[in-house]
Amino acid sequence: MDFSLSSEQKMIQDSVSRFILNDYDFDTRRKIITSAAGYSQKNWNTFAELGWLMLPFTEEDGGLGGSMTDLMLVMEEFGKGMVVEPFIATAVMAGGLVALAGNQQQKDDYLPRIMAGELQMAFAYAEPQSRYQLNNVTCRANETQGEFFLSGHKSVVLNGNHADTLIVSARSSGENSDEQGISLFLVDANHPSVKREGYANVDGHQAADIWFDNTPTLGLLGEQDNALPAINNIIDKATLAICAEAVGAMQIAHERTLEYAKTRKQFGRTIGSFQALQHRMVNMFIEHQQAKSILLMAVLKMDSNNGSDAKALSAAKSRIGQAANLVGREAIQIHGGIGMTDELDVGHIFKRLTTIQYLFGSTDVHTKRFASL
Amino acid sequence: MNLNFTAEEKDFQQEVQQFLQEKLPKDTAVKTRKGLHLEKEAYIEWQQILNAKGWAATNWPIEYGGTGWSPTQKYIFANECAKAGAPDVVPFGLKMVAPIIYTFGNEEQKQRFLPDILASKVWWCQGYSETGAGSDLAGVRTTAVRDGDEYVINGTKTWTTLGQYADWIFCLVRTGPPSAKNQEAISFILINMHDPKITVSPIITIDGKHEVNEVHFDGVRVPAENLIGAEGQGWTYAKVLLTHERTGIARVAISKERLVQLKELAATSPDGDNKLMDDLIFAQKVAKLEIDLLALEYTELRTLSAISTGKAPGPESSILKIVGTQIIQAIDELYVEAAGYYSMPYVPQQFHDDFDGQYIGSDMAANSALRYFNNRKASIYGGSNEIQTNIISKAVLGL
Repeated sequence: MDFSLSSEQKMIQDSVSRFILNDYDFDTRRKIITSAAGYSQKNWNTFAELGWLMLPFTEEDGGLGGSMTDLMLVMEEFGKGMVVEPFIATAVMAGGLVALAGNQQQKDDYLPRIMAGELQMAFAYAEPQSRYQLNNVTCRANETQGEFFLSGHKSVVLNGNHADTLIVSARSSGENSDEQGISLFLVDANHPSVKREGYANVDGHQAADIWFDNTPTLGLLGEQDNALPAINNIIDKATLAICAEAVGAMQIAHERTLEYAKTRKQFGRTIGSFQALQHRMVNMFIEHQQAKSILLMAVLKMDSNNGSDAKALSAAKSRIGQAANLVGREAIQIHGGIGMTDELDVGHIFKRLTTIQYLFGSTDVHTKRFASL
Repeated sequence: MNLNFTAEEKDFQQEVQQFLQEKLPKDTAVKTRKGLHLEKEAYIEWQQILNAKGWAATNWPIEYGGTGWSPTQKYIFANECAKAGAPDVVPFGLKMVAPIIYTFGNEEQKQRFLPDILASKVWWCQGYSETGAGSDLAGVRTTAVRDGDEYVINGTKTWTTLGQYADWIFCLVRTGPPSAKNQEAISFILINMHDPKITVSPIITIDGKHEVNEVHFDGVRVPAENLIGAEGQGWTYAKVLLTHERTGIARVAISKERLVQLKELAATSPDGDNKLMDDLIFAQKVAKLEIDLLALEYTELRTLSAISTGKAPGPESSILKIVGTQIIQAIDELYVEAAGYYSMPYVPQQFHDDFDGQYIGSDMAANSALRYFNNRKASIYGGSNEIQTNIISKAVLGL
């Protein structure tokens, strides 16, 4: 049993941590999320230059690692700065699917451009009726003379408005909730038959609802009718990424709350001297520590099982969702009125901690999944 | 980072398993699993078996007869013991007073007390709490007044666990003048319980059992050589020990085993035409608890890992007692819920260790409520969870 990081891993952690500290302060982030693009191309280029976009990929695929430990290190630091650049959408999810399901030609076409920061991608899987059920797919893939054409509606596709290329899950056979009959397709996001309605989410991340109307594809990704295992795998990996992000964000929420409680005075003394508030801040601390521990558990178990362990992952998402809920709410409450303002970072951390709870399966969904496995 | 045990650690695990298989008395294992009352003799028998193997003192330094185990070995040992149904060693001698004696005692005291503790020849109990000194432990009023080569002890200690069996008691007593600041007036002294001027009176707790006692000292004369360290330093010694001993405080291994058994119980307990575990709400409560326990296990492992690499345990170690006891209590509560109607009958003889009749309901169900009642103590003893929260607030968060 060894919980220490390798020197390479420490270097990654340091380099992301320095970037957040020096180049991603709260004001910089505000300018980014209120800009037209909603994310910074300059930062994206930096991610590529520093090799961070290579981290989710194995050396065999031209990457730098691909372990859950690496992913955790980057995402925990990203969480401290509330990074909005589409690392998860492009590199973890879309890139991850190409690496997992793609043939050599597809890997050669897409992975180097993702890692170089030249290509934006998105994974369109959720639908208005599906909620968190990945096997519930009604978007149709109709085959005509050996070519597939997609029709349907995909919900809240992260980075969907900026992606050049989409990966779309569609039903090539079977009924709405059949586990078989789902396939993945690469799609040109700018094709005239693709309608995209882009927006920013409440947490500052970019997304879109997307409609396909007899849209031609750039090809099948992976095995026809049997894409569900790959989809599950990649959503689990993305879930681990936001779990780590939440642990980083909770740390900052807790630190900010402590700093504030030690300086803010009411009734002639600092509010941090009141036991009612002290105990609540200790609870925040306990939640953060328990979240950090269960994240470590999931990372270690996934890494020792070829990157996948659904039960461990769901345990982590369930526990971290619960912690994120408490830490986010308490950070606002203990700050009082100032915590409600847009100009303070705490409210923004709260918003991200909130969306994380409902992304890739809610706390309850993952508790149920944990119990069923 | 990796999760795997080394080859040596795997060998060790096998050795522990084999030892427990061969040496743990079956009767004791059954009673421990069911949470039945164990007699003094059963504890002593088991501790002497451990000692014969050299495994009685898992946290002592080797020079005094400890195992010298790594944190990982301690983790393995605790888990295997819980799985096998081995009872905890009675902590007062082996885990509480011994570390104070070998850390702060003089050579003569070490020679005199440690070998008998290791061999479980002497039963110790703890004299800390008083009616006026619970969470505010520094408010102890029991006095030790120096008279020549002796101290004269007067006062009453309470919540003295298994004091009815004890040969010796270690006490926090007031040696300073009444004007002295609380913490600076407290000393640590060892007292022979067989003194005729000591009386022990039982306290019956809400589970109907006699586990704790009041111990009255009425002019008990104790040789001055029984004082540990310096006068007025007792509070410091007691505190050092509290912050030092983290291993096992979360009781993760035992809770893991209890949860496994709870799931078995719920999976076999009828709920009309279904089983209790089919009930989504009950299953969700179990799942949440299991997840929280998993997080706690890794909090403990993070602590152990820091210690094993020579670092001081991080701030995460401070939460072990709070979360550990919350989980123990939550598991007990779910046992009561699982038992349903059969959590209710109170038939004292079926909880006694020589009971061999037919249980009303199942044996698991029969015991559930009493365990739940008994373990309400977990968030009160050893510094209540509110005191633990105050400590984290001050020491870790700097509030």
